[in-house]
Amino acid sequence: MDSVVREAEADFGPRDWAQHPPYLSPLYKSTVLRSPRKPLIPMKQCLSVRTGPVFGHDSVDALDSDLTKNGRVNGEPVGERIIVTGRVLDESGRPVPHTLLEIWQANACGRYVHRWDQHDAPLDPNFFGAGRCITDAEGRYRFTTIKPGAYPWGNHHNAWRPAHIHFSLFGPSFLTRLVTQMYFPGDPLLPLDPIYNGVPEGARELLISRFSIDVTEPVWALGYEFDIVLRGRLATPMER
Amino acid sequence: MTQTLKQTPSQTVGPYFAYAWTPELYGRRPLATNRLATHETPGEHIRVEGVVYDGEGAPIRDCVVEIWQAGADGKHAPGAAGFGRCGTNDAGYYFFDTVKPGGHGDGQAPHIAVTVFARGMLSHAFTRLHFSDEAAANAADPVLSSVPDDRRGTLIAQRADVPGGAVYRFDIHLQGDQETVFFDC
Repeated sequence: MDSVVREAEADFGPRDWAQHPPYLSPLYKSTVLRSPRKPLIPMKQCLSVRTGPVFGHDSVDALDSDLTKNGRVNGEPVGERIIVTGRVLDESGRPVPHTLLEIWQANACGRYVHRWDQHDAPLDPNFFGAGRCITDAEGRYRFTTIKPGAYPWGNHHNAWRPAHIHFSLFGPSFLTRLVTQMYFPGDPLLPLDPIYNGVPEGARELLISRFSIDVTEPVWALGYEFDIVLRGRLATPMER
Repeated sequence: MTQTLKQTPSQTVGPYFAYAWTPELYGRRPLATNRLATHETPGEHIRVEGVVYDGEGAPIRDCVVEIWQAGADGKHAPGAAGFGRCGTNDAGYYFFDTVKPGGHGDGQAPHIAVTVFARGMLSHAFTRLHFSDEAAANAADPVLSSVPDDRRGTLIAQRADVPGGAVYRFDIHLQGDQETVFFDC
């Protein structure tokens, strides 16, 4: 019991800035005026950030993790059906169980449901593009969805975002919060994308999912695996 | 803990998160809102509000502010009761209807933890909100004390008593002379 208490009180390891993009990344033009420029001030981790919201299984329903079903109006959504699954782990490889994931994405044509999206590509009446899931005891999650399309954006001439799915995670504390994007292997737009390339070299590859024939379901859907690593707690004194 | 795996890198929320994060306008059930308190919630009911600005002082309309706080008793309720999420509107404005948190009893002044996400922010930013009518507790607060004098004011929400209750103003400047203090924690 003693070790359990100590574990719960241990600080989380720092945000690893060798892994995360800096606030200012000038090739992604919107960062220029939206990047904090003064140095971050170190803060001791107190109760209000070592704890965080816990979303129970009542916060999601079964359809939330199946984006091919949760937006249906009068038929099936159009596009390539895929399965996206993986584990949420901490830095020591321990699963992060019972934590919430939220995802959102464009449809197969590269169009978002969002009312601001004016890209000249069709909306799909049967695809909403948002989902939620809670990891199981082993930190595993699984979504069924449609492979998103690439879409143009205004960052520079002929700019196109590679196909991606937005992921939002909570983990065990306010400090473990993470918002990221998952990409697809072999996408020719990746080397040209300033958002993907805002991540330090050597770290950005972690955002690319792996195609998996084992996850792929025969005569149904291709499978992709994407594991997510959140900040973990630092070592505690030797446990008895 | 042996650190064997690398943290998954952060990416921006982009411009199109609202239908997933604050989906009421799309006829969907939100997971969290900016109304943390019901009539039954004990404590002083307050509104926290502000505008999020960029480095040229322009309001940011594609920003999300998330908060996490204790109740009036200084304790974090189980579940997600102390969590709020609000997207900014076209004027960059956000608000939370909540209760004023109590202190944790650990020497820190009452405060609310704040996270800021936006299009154009590849990594989110942490800050925290203190209350202008807690001058003595603020003066003794170790986190506020670690902030340079000339920047401490960016963390103090200013109280105004208006018909209907207390409103605390907490503008967030991502950049510039008035840049809000952001923390590495």
